[in-house]
Amino acid sequence: MNFYIDPAFYVFLAVAIVPAAVLGFSGHRIKYYGLAASLAFLLLLFGENVEGMLAFAAFLAIACAATFWELASWKSGQKALWKFRCALVAVIAPLVVYKIGAVFDHNLMGFLGISYITFKAVQVIIEIRDDLIEDMNFADYLYFLVFFTPFTSGPIDRSRRFAEDANRTYTASEYADLLARGIMLLLVGAVYQKVLGTVFHHYFTPAPLGDGPWWTELGAQVKDAYMYGFYLFFDFAGYSLMAMGASYCFGIKTPRNFRAPFLATDVRDFWDRWHMTLSTWLRDFVFMRAVKSATRRKLFKDRLHTACAGYMANFLLMGAWHGLTVDYLVYGAYYGVLMGATDVYQKKSAFHKRHKKENWYKVVQWFVTINVVMLGMAIFSGQMHTVVGGLIHG
Amino acid sequence: MAENSVEERMLELIEEICDDDVIREERDVDLFEEGLLDSMAAIELLVAIETEFGVTIAPTAVEREEMNTVNKIIYQVQIRYDAQ
Repeated sequence: MNFYIDPAFYVFLAVAIVPAAVLGFSGHRIKYYGLAASLAFLLLLFGENVEGMLAFAAFLAIACAATFWELASWKSGQKALWKFRCALVAVIAPLVVYKIGAVFDHNLMGFLGISYITFKAVQVIIEIRDDLIEDMNFADYLYFLVFFTPFTSGPIDRSRRFAEDANRTYTASEYADLLARGIMLLLVGAVYQKVLGTVFHHYFTPAPLGDGPWWTELGAQVKDAYMYGFYLFFDFAGYSLMAMGASYCFGIKTPRNFRAPFLATDVRDFWDRWHMTLSTWLRDFVFMRAVKSATRRKLFKDRLHTACAGYMANFLLMGAWHGLTVDYLVYGAYYGVLMGATDVYQKKSAFHKRHKKENWYKVVQWFVTINVVMLGMAIFSGQMHTVVGGLIHG
Repeated sequence: MAENSVEERMLELIEEICDDDVIREERDVDLFEEGLLDSMAAIELLVAIETEFGVTIAPTAVEREEMNTVNKIIYQVQIRYDAQ
């Protein structure tokens, strides 16, 4: 049973929310019920897929062992960096093996939701190293990893924030507010995904360039890129809103994932608005670390060069994470270059500095940005591949 | 004396990263809302703070609301610098 896709999921969800609401309204903690409900939902998710279930159980065992082994070292004051590194490698390994296996059409260690659970496990391991997580309850950790509403595709929550929500009790009026917002988010998300997403997907009909005049051919490609972009937004933002809404019903305020991304005025702004929990995760745990270590070793001559290299590493990794295919790697490199170019332009261009506060300039920036973003969508969807392939093979 | 030097060096750093001397005057405006800092530039700032002062602020240690104005940034650095 796939979450948010099979109609049965919504029936089970509605039923599962009832006890959560009873606990919430009566001022009880929802945590232990939520944990049990999550495990039940994961049983439904993996269903008869024994391979997936085993891979998931193996991941969970590795993550728990590695994390608490590292935590013990930090709590004792030993703070062995090699243990941190081993723990990090151990939780990332299944995802890397799975992604490489996928290139050869083999499913090795993969299960639905492997990426998102890996992001969460990595966050905990790094924050223990940073002395930000000084102690952690096993049930809290387990609940954080297996919480079912954002399990398959995010949003990516953070453990300290999650544990605070999981351990609190709400007053009846606070919970009523949370539940009402949760149900609202579920409904809006369903309209986004099931209605708007479906409509835009209907108009996405990619094809190689035809024999018509160039402007109609180009127009058709631009139309497809836009339709795919809107489809992806409504599909994914809709899913994210539903995951957020369902979390609210369990007393967990899962963070939002999108904030009007098509209103962005440059690509940096776009990544502050699109799949935000992934971009902030990458920012905090990849970009930041890459920039930091490069700065310390003085690998580049100044901050601008360092930032450009950091963007490239960050976005290439994001592309590779989507899948080790040409399209995704090009997509990652595309944004790596754009982020660096935007940085250089905004820091060096006198024209930009002179006009950045003027309205006409903002409109031009927005227009350029949305088209650059839609070109990115065409790379991501494989549309560009079809067109370029069509040109080469005639 | 030490306090002044952290403050002055911080102002120089922030000015360099925001690339605008307005930050010396407007020390309580939200740098993110004003477009003077974005999330990526904020990280460059954290790295610069570590290099300059040996003060480590992990990227996820402080919420954005606690570090979105010039005065708040200086405060966050100051308390860590003093604790050293």
